[in-house]
Amino acid sequence: MKGRAGLLGRSLSIPAPLALGAAIVALILFCAVAPGAIAPYDPLAFDYTALLAPPSAAHPFGADNFGRDILSRVIYAARIDIQIALFATLGPLVIGSLAGLLGGFFGGWPDILLGRLVDLVLTFPFLVIVIAIVAVIGPGLSNLYVAVSLVGWVFYARLMRAETIVQKQLDYVAAARGLGFGWARILFRHILPNAARPILVYWVTDMALKILLGSSLGYLGLGAQPPTAEWGVLVADGKNFFTQAWWMTFFPGAAIVLAGLGFSLVGDGLADLMDVKR
Amino acid sequence: MSRATYIAGRVAQIVPTLILIGAIVFALTRFLPGGPIAALLGDKASDETIARITAQYGFDQPMLVQFGKFLNLAAHGDLGDSVAYHMPAMRLIADRLPVTLTLTGFAVVIALGLATPLAFVAASYANRWPDLLIRGLFQVGLSSPIFYIGLLLLTVFAAGLRWFPVGGFGDTLSDQLYHLILPSLTLALSLSAVLMRSLRASILVILNADFIDFARAKGLPASLVLRRHVMRNAIISTVTIVGLYVGELLGGAVITETVFAVPGVGRLMVDSIFARDYPVIQALTLCLAVAVSLTFIVTDLLQMALDPRIAR
Repeated sequence: MKGRAGLLGRSLSIPAPLALGAAIVALILFCAVAPGAIAPYDPLAFDYTALLAPPSAAHPFGADNFGRDILSRVIYAARIDIQIALFATLGPLVIGSLAGLLGGFFGGWPDILLGRLVDLVLTFPFLVIVIAIVAVIGPGLSNLYVAVSLVGWVFYARLMRAETIVQKQLDYVAAARGLGFGWARILFRHILPNAARPILVYWVTDMALKILLGSSLGYLGLGAQPPTAEWGVLVADGKNFFTQAWWMTFFPGAAIVLAGLGFSLVGDGLADLMDVKR
Repeated sequence: MSRATYIAGRVAQIVPTLILIGAIVFALTRFLPGGPIAALLGDKASDETIARITAQYGFDQPMLVQFGKFLNLAAHGDLGDSVAYHMPAMRLIADRLPVTLTLTGFAVVIALGLATPLAFVAASYANRWPDLLIRGLFQVGLSSPIFYIGLLLLTVFAAGLRWFPVGGFGDTLSDQLYHLILPSLTLALSLSAVLMRSLRASILVILNADFIDFARAKGLPASLVLRRHVMRNAIISTVTIVGLYVGELLGGAVITETVFAVPGVGRLMVDSIFARDYPVIQALTLCLAVAVSLTFIVTDLLQMALDPRIAR
């Protein structure tokens, strides 16, 4: 158990990787919230004097085959990729946590069934089953969220179930039972707050994974649909020009790497800070 | 539990797993707008073909009967015909599977070749600059999407230096392997990052263990001690990681094959989506899941062979 003083004391010396990750995430969030404030150009404005212009002072990341400023497009695309990071993880977080809580708390045959279902879903390569579902329900961002939620909840369910089983054997749960509290109150007011830490830490790491997944589907043409500026879509736009205009793929891709790095550094740092085993 | 019972029990588990995988794939096509008939025939089938297929698969019968028929046909390797290629979906897959298996196998070899020496370097310089550099680079690698790694390698080594072809596939075996070098390297990177992390950790644990001090005190040279003791534990965890990672590799192959235009099942999957070739998508999903569950069993049995305590 860590007291408040311990937490405060630690926060004075935030480890360098965590600080770096937090700075990256803050930068990307700022781009997502207020792209107009920093983007030098309109991301959709054609400029026929700058077709495939290499990086320069006027266009730091160069320009694409329509003369659109790539820096501005990368900044505006942050909005879509942050949206992916949130919406592709919220469904799995809620569904998986609930399933894991109930299964771990009550046990019995529903729990066995839950375990089997989790194992079964895990035998499908994640990307393959997501792509297969998207193939059936159609490409696009909202269908991507549906597909990821149908599959991705198992990771949260597994974590939450294990954590719930540990927590329900602790004294405070016995005390709450002794006081005559109902199961719903014990589960959601007592166990959930105590079991949430590893799940919330995994959530941050999962955002990095989902940005990679979302941009991969965008690249394949199954995620965000052009003309929506999304980093994976931007890389796909540039791939036909990669021999003449490397900047069209390099900078949007670098944005994905930066975002992935930022979220996973924050996830790893929080895990260390909060003493979560992984 | 004896060894034989453990093996028999583990192998017997495959039957319910296969049936359940079949159930999920079966359910997949039921969500399709237009239902399973559209899934099998595409949008442009004639009325008599629809009637024939309805009778053959029993789409007018109860769901459970339909599922039974589906399982029976699947067990005989019949998962319908490709709409785009007009041939059995399974034959299409069987033709392309060797390419994907070579690609993933090659990737595992490269990943091991990269991870092993780097893990030894990182562990021997734990928390000093070579370690931090190696870990930092792999962290960046883990955060990079496969299609981006592939395009960067293409830009530098194929378009720039012209050491490798830009894509496609050769005719002779050696030419094909040559075409697979960049794709395999692309696919290998994230696995090698995961392997490096685990190998480094197990080397560090062993370096700090009592029996190492004892072996050193006996006068055995440090390198020999490390090799002998690290190897056994490291091989077990490496086998586990590679086994669990096969699904990830097969998913990665979908993207890698698309970037490099490699004619394997991954590219077939993406092509089939755009061609609305649902029988092929369904068959591929099934085959890849079966491949992963078979790998899980092989991994378990390998673990048991390496560490007999597991069977007990």
